[in-house]
Amino acid sequence: MTYLRRLTSGPKGENAGLFLILAVLILGFSIASPRFLTGANLGSMGFQMPLLGLLTLAMLAPILSGGLNLAIVYTANICGLTLAWTIMHFGGADAGIFAFVLGCVAAVIVGALAGAMMGAVIAYVGAHPILVSLAMMIFLRGLGEFLTRGRDISGFPDYMRVLGHGSLMAVPIPLILFGLVAFAWHILLRRTPHGFSTYMTGSNMQAAQYAGLNAKRTLVLIYALSGVLCAIAGILMAARFNSVRVGHGEAMLLITVLACFLGGIDPFGGHGRVVPVILALIILQVLSSGLNLIGANQHLATAVWGLFLIAVMVLRSDQSRQLILLFSRKDT
Amino acid sequence: MTTAPADQFALRLHKVSKAFGGVQALNQVDFEVRAGEVHCLAGENGCGKSTLIKVVTGVHQPEKAELIELFGEAVGQISPVLARQLGVSVIWQDLALFPHMTVAENIAFDDMVGLRPRSVKYREMITRSGDVLARLGVQMDLSAPLNDLPIAQRQVVAIARALMNDAKLIFMDEPTASLTQSETDRLLDIVRKLSADGVAIVFVSHRLAEVLDIAERVTVVRDGNLVGVYPTEGMTQARLGELMTGHLIENAVVARDLPDAPVVFEAEGLARHGEFSDVSLKIRAGEVLGLTGLIGAGRTELAHVMMGMRSADSGHMLLNGAAYAPSHIRSAIKQGMAYVSEDRLSLGLLQKQSIADNTVISVLHKLTTATGLISYTRKADLVRHWIRELGVKIGAPEDAISTLSGGNQQKVVLAKWLATEPKLLILDSPTVGVDVGARAGIFRIVRALADEGLAILLISDEVTEVMFHSDRILHMADGRIVQEYDPRTITVPQLEERIYA
Amino acid sequence: MRNILRSYTIETRLAVVLALICIALSVTAPQFATLPNLSSLMNQSAVNLIWAVGLLVVLIAGGIDISFAVASSVVQYLAAKLLMSVGGGNWVLGFLFCGSLGILLGLLNAWLIHGFRIISIVVTIATFNAFFGLLMFFSGGRNIYNLPDWWTARIFIFEHQNDQGVWSELNLSVGVMVVCVIATWVLIRRTNIGRQLYAFGDNPEGARRAGVNIAVMQGVAFGWMGLMAGIAGLMQVNIFQEVVPNALYGRELDVLAAVVLGGARLGGGKGTILGCVLGVMFVAVTQNGLNLLGVSPFAFQMIIGAVILVAISTSNMDLSQIMRRKEARS
Repeated sequence: MTYLRRLTSGPKGENAGLFLILAVLILGFSIASPRFLTGANLGSMGFQMPLLGLLTLAMLAPILSGGLNLAIVYTANICGLTLAWTIMHFGGADAGIFAFVLGCVAAVIVGALAGAMMGAVIAYVGAHPILVSLAMMIFLRGLGEFLTRGRDISGFPDYMRVLGHGSLMAVPIPLILFGLVAFAWHILLRRTPHGFSTYMTGSNMQAAQYAGLNAKRTLVLIYALSGVLCAIAGILMAARFNSVRVGHGEAMLLITVLACFLGGIDPFGGHGRVVPVILALIILQVLSSGLNLIGANQHLATAVWGLFLIAVMVLRSDQSRQLILLFSRKDT
Repeated sequence: MTTAPADQFALRLHKVSKAFGGVQALNQVDFEVRAGEVHCLAGENGCGKSTLIKVVTGVHQPEKAELIELFGEAVGQISPVLARQLGVSVIWQDLALFPHMTVAENIAFDDMVGLRPRSVKYREMITRSGDVLARLGVQMDLSAPLNDLPIAQRQVVAIARALMNDAKLIFMDEPTASLTQSETDRLLDIVRKLSADGVAIVFVSHRLAEVLDIAERVTVVRDGNLVGVYPTEGMTQARLGELMTGHLIENAVVARDLPDAPVVFEAEGLARHGEFSDVSLKIRAGEVLGLTGLIGAGRTELAHVMMGMRSADSGHMLLNGAAYAPSHIRSAIKQGMAYVSEDRLSLGLLQKQSIADNTVISVLHKLTTATGLISYTRKADLVRHWIRELGVKIGAPEDAISTLSGGNQQKVVLAKWLATEPKLLILDSPTVGVDVGARAGIFRIVRALADEGLAILLISDEVTEVMFHSDRILHMADGRIVQEYDPRTITVPQLEERIYA
Repeated sequence: MRNILRSYTIETRLAVVLALICIALSVTAPQFATLPNLSSLMNQSAVNLIWAVGLLVVLIAGGIDISFAVASSVVQYLAAKLLMSVGGGNWVLGFLFCGSLGILLGLLNAWLIHGFRIISIVVTIATFNAFFGLLMFFSGGRNIYNLPDWWTARIFIFEHQNDQGVWSELNLSVGVMVVCVIATWVLIRRTNIGRQLYAFGDNPEGARRAGVNIAVMQGVAFGWMGLMAGIAGLMQVNIFQEVVPNALYGRELDVLAAVVLGGARLGGGKGTILGCVLGVMFVAVTQNGLNLLGVSPFAFQMIIGAVILVAISTSNMDLSQIMRRKEARS
């Protein structure tokens, strides 16, 4: 019973609770479907998760800073377009690796710029992040549609397939990419002064400034970095689908927010870690792959994700915590 | 126990008890307020004052109560709405007003409460709230949104709201905590006026001077127990402090002369339009310079200019003899300035974050290793060092700062700034919301720091505070420094008279 | 006058800008200020406005709702199934079914928010996914064309044929929208319940201590939003004559942007019906104008996004502050 109590309190308990849920789910699905614990299924999960994962990390940092970035998916789309055009400019499917690298650099710059612009409006004008990023989202969506007339851009060089579909020692390359980015993100947030400043700004911007932190620069930087992650997601998206279209991945926007909350991020900012969010992502992926294997479609998985978030939030709420305490007291 | 007839009491409580978890917040407390009297409820933070108010207004239900009697009638159970109907109102410390509503809407809000749908009559609302303000002798723009008003006027709005309910018993929870002396005086005038009209007022405050000034009787509570009920006539601040804390608080002038100490900070002809002008001052190493004065005197504004948060229009500053013109607070901190803000709750500390994080927030550069990453061992060492140095009572460094008492929180603020190794420490009203007992602890630290050679500017509008803890006192009025006093050659009443004249 | 300017700054500014745009469009696009164009503009905005006033109530009470657009879809789908099962029904049953289903979905949000003290954005993002996922799963994504006749019948509350033989018509949804707007205005402005909603959004703890029933306030706010979502769902089917499960998906954020543009404060306690209507109409008129000016439809969203970005970047600047500073300097 003390274990139950630990589950419901503190960041360590948070992780343990998520691990427990994950273990139960994996056990359940492997009983329900013999194909669940096969290399093929694990591999396909490893290819599917990184995209949502990267976007979730891009959402995570702004939430920690007390905001929200609703423009992540369209930022990723615009960055993908930047890469696509660069490649088209250098001959499409025949473009050399230089064109790809140049395109990636351009994409990252575009993402950083879009993010920095949002950050600047939020920090220096003091407008509400939801509103700013919402306007940015509408703008980028419109920009993308205007530039592409709603059409796909496809026909990339073959080597891009490696990025989207290749494996290194049986580990999907997108997963490796995600792992590296997640590690960097963890270090950035937990170990650098900039990350520290992000947490402090997220819990009280004015007090952070009074303590001598450059909160405004922190905000600009964190949104810019969020934009950079969107760019990486956009590049990966192009490599996975072998095409770029504005609106690709649109449905992932609110799922990323869901994953962050599931991972115990404080919706008001100031508290939250990368590791539980990754656990939350794995749980979501297991739910969707598992349901898929036992014959349900992605829509049911979406519904289950929503219901699952409600269940977890209900369990975490003070009301149910008191209930658990009540029961555990009876036992002792 | 007084033996006046029952109908002359606004409130009688006998043997009221209330516990939270295992903590006995109130232990068989008796409390009586006569009709039309100004009664003071005194005690340290967490002594049970707030719980007592919440029991009377029905926010909390007592576990046991021998008698709860309002205006001569015994009442069984009280709810907030019933208490209001009977004529009991509370003006909470945070006022509990609505910042985006207009003055009139705030004053008349309690009429709106309830689920029986009824229409809102704005015209009637405005006339009625205008009448109430007129009764208080105050004029105010009724259609202005509340957050356009200064805090002192919001206080008046809260009082008007209480009167709107025909309150005959008003509790005021720390009404003067964020007011300066002149604003407080105006508030006390209103309180006297209400009392003359037959409204009983229970005044909760730990500013002892005020308590003795306004109240006829004072009830002292300590650790949930009733200490006693005393007439204020013949009561001294020292005696009352002793009753509240249970031990004697000694105040003595500690001023010293430091003619040989080097000048750390110097300002000449500093001015900022509409805030202050021609401010010149010198602070020596090891000196505590007191700065006091009334509202609008420009004290906090001056501190903000010294910290680079606003820029001066003219004049110049020197720090350790070198020209000093910070462009923002970060450069001021880098050059050795530290500023303990008057608003600890929202500016001084990050309430959601841990004690450790609040301690190291201003010295991140000291924690990073060659790789640019924060070293957790260095962080832990630094936190441990300062917690021990200042004697902060904490559970674990990872606990949220909001779990600490006001006094311990203020010590963490001091730790944060001392970690930056400042040359000049500005303390802006450092004892707001700190217990009488804990204040002594804060000032012991201040004195020790001064002895080590730190220059300190102590800004306070409590005359006793600057009197007993500074080496020199500057009196600021209307944005100018009008006079310098030596605490050894002036008494508290003399100083008060000069300032409030 | 000064008072009006002060208490409605955002509304006044928006009204001025909207008026300028309208004048400019009347001059540059002769079609703009014609009855046929304006009536079709109203027809197109009706559903958005119904949602917007519902969302306004939630924002005033300090919440946010992401789930309302998909809630409308759920209501449409369930109402269509239910009505067919009772033999088709009529308008009264339609309003009753859609309204009460909407209220139920709203109360579900309110219960989760209040009962477990979870903040509204988390709850409504969860219910957004749950509603949409379940709807798509059970409907299989298939449209319903087979609807009762009364529901898909074109009902005009205003018809006019001009000299060139062009019809201008306002359909039923505009009338319903006007009723919803007025009802919401009465609720938030003219009743004590509305004042308590503002108070609760402005200072929840203060409202609680004053004796405001918090649970009921959450219920009223999200219930009203649900009612509006139900009615919007009903009217949307009347306009498009079919139930498409994913037709409304994604509309929520655009409505949110328009309402906040109209001065409703994210965080509660502030917002007016006038501002809300102006915000929605601002977006609608801009889009309509760009269309008439022959701008590529692909550019609409881009321009609207940019306009909102500029609007929020300037709306937070307090002009009176700048003036005061100038005075001080001189």
